[in-house]
Amino acid sequence: MGFPHPIHPGENPVLSTHFGDPGAHSHAGWVERGGYTALRQALAMAPSEVVEVVKASGLRGRGGAGFPTGLKWSFMPKEDGRPHFLVCNADESEPGTFKDREIMRWTPHALIEGCAIASHAIGAERCYIYIRGEFTEPWRIMTEAVEEAYAAGVLGASALGSGRRIDIVLHRGAGAYICGEETALMNSIEGKRGNPRIKPPFPAQAGLFGLPTTINNVETLAAVPHILTRGADWYRGLSLGNSKSTGTKLISVCGHVMRQGNYEITLGTPMRDLIFDMCGGMRPGRTLKAVIPGGSSVPILNATEVEGCVTDYEGVVAAGSMLGSGGMIVMDDSTDIVYEIYRLTRFYAHESCAQCTQCREGTGWTVRILERILRGEGKASDLDLLLDLAENMTGKTICVLSDSCAAPVVSGIQKFRADFEAYLTAGRPHALAGV
Amino acid sequence: MTTELVTLTIDGATVSVPKGTTLIEAAKQAGVLIPHYCYHPSLPSPAVCRMCLVEVEKAPKLLPACVTTVADGQVVQVHSPAAEKAREGVLEFLLINHPLDCPICDQAGECELQDYVFQEGRSGTRYADYPKRFNPVEEFGPDVLYVPNRCILCTRCVRFMDAVAETPVLNVSERGDRAYIGIDPAHALDHPWAGNVVDLCPVGSLISKDFLHKARAWDLDKSPSVCPGCSQGCNIMIDTRDDVVVRLRPRPNLDVNRHFICDHGRLDYRWMNRGDRVEAPLIREGGRLRATDWDDALDRLSAAVGDAGQGDVVLLASARASTESLGLLHRLAEAAGGTVRAAVHIPQGEEHSLPGIPHLALRAERVPNALGARLVGYTDAWNAALDRVASAALVMVLDLNLPELLDRLAAATGVVCVLDTIDREWPVAVSHVLPVSTMAEEQGTWINRDGRAQAYHPARHAPGMARPAWWVAAEAWSRLEPGRQAEAGVDDAMASVASVIPALDGLTPSRLGLTGRIVAGAGVHG
Repeated sequence: MGFPHPIHPGENPVLSTHFGDPGAHSHAGWVERGGYTALRQALAMAPSEVVEVVKASGLRGRGGAGFPTGLKWSFMPKEDGRPHFLVCNADESEPGTFKDREIMRWTPHALIEGCAIASHAIGAERCYIYIRGEFTEPWRIMTEAVEEAYAAGVLGASALGSGRRIDIVLHRGAGAYICGEETALMNSIEGKRGNPRIKPPFPAQAGLFGLPTTINNVETLAAVPHILTRGADWYRGLSLGNSKSTGTKLISVCGHVMRQGNYEITLGTPMRDLIFDMCGGMRPGRTLKAVIPGGSSVPILNATEVEGCVTDYEGVVAAGSMLGSGGMIVMDDSTDIVYEIYRLTRFYAHESCAQCTQCREGTGWTVRILERILRGEGKASDLDLLLDLAENMTGKTICVLSDSCAAPVVSGIQKFRADFEAYLTAGRPHALAGV
Repeated sequence: MTTELVTLTIDGATVSVPKGTTLIEAAKQAGVLIPHYCYHPSLPSPAVCRMCLVEVEKAPKLLPACVTTVADGQVVQVHSPAAEKAREGVLEFLLINHPLDCPICDQAGECELQDYVFQEGRSGTRYADYPKRFNPVEEFGPDVLYVPNRCILCTRCVRFMDAVAETPVLNVSERGDRAYIGIDPAHALDHPWAGNVVDLCPVGSLISKDFLHKARAWDLDKSPSVCPGCSQGCNIMIDTRDDVVVRLRPRPNLDVNRHFICDHGRLDYRWMNRGDRVEAPLIREGGRLRATDWDDALDRLSAAVGDAGQGDVVLLASARASTESLGLLHRLAEAAGGTVRAAVHIPQGEEHSLPGIPHLALRAERVPNALGARLVGYTDAWNAALDRVASAALVMVLDLNLPELLDRLAAATGVVCVLDTIDREWPVAVSHVLPVSTMAEEQGTWINRDGRAQAYHPARHAPGMARPAWWVAAEAWSRLEPGRQAEAGVDDAMASVASVIPALDGLTPSRLGLTGRIVAGAGVHG
């Protein structure tokens, strides 16, 4: 796997400071770069103090939902006498997203440190890091780093000599998208089929093995050491847009831009600057058609919506989508949007866990309608049918996979209706011919 | 124990239910059936079919009624436009891959998919242009076929095998709309309680080989009964078609068998349809048995009892007989005046429990009324009673099919009266054969191993002149004691038995209801 691009002046490298720096891999290298001071600092604090600092920083979940991290930690029962677990979601399976992979590849000890601090904060002695099955390189690097951390006394019966036990167990996924959903992920760790669980109970009440559990994304946890060493005020100050969106965010940009890659931006950076300045804009002669800003599960933005969009949790919602995981798929005017939407729905149909009726049957049906449209055999009523199915698939299931399949269909038809109609009124060659 | 009650409104009806009740159960009490597939009161609820979504005031989304618990002041709408649209959507999604083979499907007529689609589904399809998912029929076990094309993936069968049978041989295999119910290739679905998956299946996907294409559901007559297979006394429904028993199914009784019966009980019904029945009273004359009418037969029976005088009377009975029949026969025997030795035969078998349900098993005691028999004066010292047959002045036998018994009867020196259902090769020593009805043809009471008196009811007609054994005893007794009025019905029969066994007071079949009652002071087994 390649090295990252040089840092662009518009970026604000915090987590990505050491991306591309092979020396940061090892425990010694990490300590040289200031590593594990945050953990030492945290272990000297009461767990509730750590929670308060993270609350004050405004850090929000970087996996997609954007839930305030400190608040989530504070949901864990106090002194209940039961074991607690921290689970780090490193399943990163959202199409278009590849930021956690880079954190684990370049700065494995940043994640270990973040996990150890969070474990201390929520009263967990054991942390599971659930790593996506396809991530062979991150898996190898994380395995070595955890071994080193044990050897160096960072982890184990007395983490950094604090007397506090912190263990990290790496668990490798087996390739299911749905195992990135937090409750499916816990089932998967337990050795069960990776089906999402009905909530309530929420993980803080009954999570992994039925015990109180906090589950955080890799990027969220990797940000925690910086918050401790540099302070909540510093982190909260990293905000160019809405004051509820603080800190930096890794945006994985792929698709039709000149320079794809991970860009760490201060939240609130205009999306235009990211795409046209940092990523080098469109290929010559091409214009922007659409952006899926937060991983494949969020609504599509058209070029006009991208224009004024501020890249933070509130800004992307205001533009008509969601920040999600920060996996940004950029499409220029050469894109067959109907085909792209079809391709996304096919992914969801393949990955549906089959529990909920709407998702199991609705995803497959959606695919078949889009297939028919692409063949030039669509019916005038198909768009209304797709929208009606999408309505029946939204907000009615245990997890949001069903909604995620419906979202690009609905936003696609709303914003690119002419593209669909071009297929329906025939005259267009079908894109599936060569597939 | 006081239970905190919560008051809520469901479709305009106000109900008060214990705290912690789910909306789906609370709705039943409000008289509202919330359509559902994956939910079953005896299984864990995964909330996956999404059929029971209801609108709850102030909730941002529709909520699954099967796992949402009641809250004070909650306003629930089962029939709001949003809830109805959601259900119509689920039904449509379920149907796109469901074959419309109702005309050849065993489940038709008692299919929850068919019912709810008729009730609130779309009348036409929007999926006409695509093929439906196809998977071949699979044999899951000795009596269970899996028809995957009809499967709606509600997972009741998987959860039954996991959580109730605790033998997890089924799973959901594959994902998305390719999913189907898979079976561990190293195992068959042959758990002694596996047949329940057929009843649990809301559609015609898991079907019984025994019942395959035997009858249409709407042609069946259903009679509440109790399983005669063992002393557990599981509640059952006997389904008949034109007076022929075609199927036994569990009937819910939360205190006895919840919603389940074992395969031993489920499949042991063919004897109820036997054609080789005794259809008229038979009297031995000139060395041969000849048919007679009841008046003549009863006169002779009462004379035989009277003639026994102070001599020993041996009463041998099946513990499958009703408490009423056992009790009245015993009283008839006592009326002779001599010593009565009454014994029941209790066949034994292997015990098979259903681990997920406390106190539920196919019991080793393979008769339904051992406790009832003991209560009305029968011992299970079977061999000791057999040893008395040769010397007894009168031997009466009720519904026993035991080859070794026939040999003993052949050696009897006294009068031998047999009350039986089956026409057998009787030894010459048998002088009276009186046709009686089976449990499927009469009303009666059994007392299960936990001391629960339960009534069973007739499911078919008794052939020819066969009558309940209590009637035979009552009529003979009234002839023996002039002026005595014979019991007119099974309730009267029970009342007569209860007059000497006070524990049975008030436990007449018509007063026991559908779930039975514990007999005060009845010795509990084990």
